[in-house]
Formats: sequence, C-alpha cells, structure tokens
Amino acid sequence: MPKLHWEDFQPGAVAVYGPRLVTREEIVAFAAEFDPQPMHLDEAAASGTILGGLGASGWHTCCLMMRIIVDGFLLDSTSMGAPGIEEVRWLAPLRPGTRIRVRSTVVETRSSKSRPTMGLAKMSFEVLGDSDATLMTLTTTFMLGRREPAS
Amino acid sequence: MKYFEDIQVGDSYAVGRHTFTADEIKTFARRFDPQLFHLDEAAAERSHFGALCASGWHTAVVWMRLMVDHRRGLAEAARARGEPVPALGPALGFRELKWLKPVYVGDTIDYRSEVIETRPSGSRPRSGLMTILSTGFNQNGEMVISFLSTTFVERRPEKP
Repeated sequence: MPKLHWEDFQPGAVAVYGPRLVTREEIVAFAAEFDPQPMHLDEAAASGTILGGLGASGWHTCCLMMRIIVDGFLLDSTSMGAPGIEEVRWLAPLRPGTRIRVRSTVVETRSSKSRPTMGLAKMSFEVLGDSDATLMTLTTTFMLGRREPAS
Repeated sequence: MKYFEDIQVGDSYAVGRHTFTADEIKTFARRFDPQLFHLDEAAAERSHFGALCASGWHTAVVWMRLMVDHRRGLAEAARARGEPVPALGPALGFRELKWLKPVYVGDTIDYRSEVIETRPSGSRPRSGLMTILSTGFNQNGEMVISFLSTTFVERRPEKP
C-alpha cells in the first residue's frame, strides 16, 4: 500500500529531491529524439544561438523533473495523476554536467466535490541547478486518493 | 516561415500526426515516468485508466518533435525559394496544459497549432512574442491535449 495519501500533503510543506547529474549524452539523445534544434544538439551550433552554448530542451527538463518526483514521492503515494500543468517557466538553460534537484512546495489542498475518495493538492516545483540557481518552475495539481473518504 | 509582422492571430497549421505503440509508451515511461499504468498492461487494466496509456509528457514531447520537423520543412522551402528564414525561439515556457483524455496504445494523435496572440517584446526590440494554442486529437476526434506557449519571433529587418 502506498504510504502517502491526500491527507499527508500539508499546505506549506517543502521537500527537496535529487540530486541527479545530467550528462551531455542524455541532453543530446533526448534532443535528437524529441527536440532536434541546434542549441540542444551540438556545441558549435549552440554557441551562436540565444542559449549561448549547449543546453537541454525545456521539455527534457520537464521530463527529468517528472522522473525525480516519481522516484521521490509519487510512486509511494495514492496519486491518480494530474489533469494538466498550470504553468511552466524556463528561466535558465540546463547545461551538461549540472546536478539538478527539485524543490517541491504544497501550495494548497482541497477535497474533490464529485469524488469523496479523492482530494486535490496544488504543488509548485523548482528545478535547481548548481549553486541553487532556479532553472525552471512548474505548477500543477495532483489527484490523490484519501485515507478516509470525505463525509 | 514568417516574420513577426506577417503573423496574424488565427493563423493555424497542421503540425503532424503520430501513432503511439506499446513499445514506445513503455520505453518513454521507463526513462521519465515509471508509473505502472504507463509500463504494464495488467496493472494498467486495474488502474483508473483501464488500459496501458502514454505518459502525458510523452504526448506533449511528440508535439515538440513534430513541430520542429514542421518548421524545418518550412525553412527549407523558404531557402529553396531564396527567401530569408526568420529566427524563432526560444519559448518562455507554457501554460494551461490539459491532458483531457488518455492516449492509449494504437491511438493516432493529430496535432494542430493556432496563433492566438501577438505582442511586442519589451526586452528584445528585434523580436516579437507569439502565443499559440496547440492541440492534439485522437482518431475519434476527441481532444487529448491542449496548451498555450509563447515564443520569440524575429521582426522583419529594417531596410538600410
């Protein structure tokens, strides 16, 4: 049985997951498959772009964050997924060799009006690079099973 | 490929389509989203999804790949005509992403994008900002994903 239920997500709670080293090889492999733009593929081509050097696809940063939080707490929770993402901001490039961490904050929780066995938890995430620079922020709302159904 | 000045609200285009196989759904999930309903048919049948389905991130990044290919095609056609290719990107992020229906094994998703807003950039005078609404529809005509994203687009250079 998963340990974390909706009731365990307390507004204001902060946690940090990771670190995870992001290699040049995986940045280029992701880009070749899903976002083959020069600034994600090749140092020489990337140096002439707005990124000023090779950087990961922003979608790669999203996917890496997902993996870190799946391992960090989602697999150990009653999560039923998220209906979407409120907002993602790509603030700084994710460079090869960076150790990223993910800081999560529970923003608010509420019960589900239609489903008494489910609750909702709005969470914000920051992907942090070296020296704790914020590379990306993301806000989403998870659907989570409740330990006790709403009365 | 258009300069910022030539982009009109309402411009829309077919980005491309993709059929999701069980193998690629599982391969993606093992790398980025190893939840059982994206990895294992039997577990997925017992879940609220009812069958193996793609990670929502997978549905989203396939749009990105098709969009890059679509733009590359337009750029090559422009070069072949001897026309300049305006610079596009980077994107600032995205918002209001909705995963409206699961994408199941064998579903073919048809992606479209439409310009919904254009505005000048305060920080980059040589660029404007374009906001597009991107959507994906399955073979039954049901919308499975939708999101808004905002990207820099080069302005038409002034004649010397």
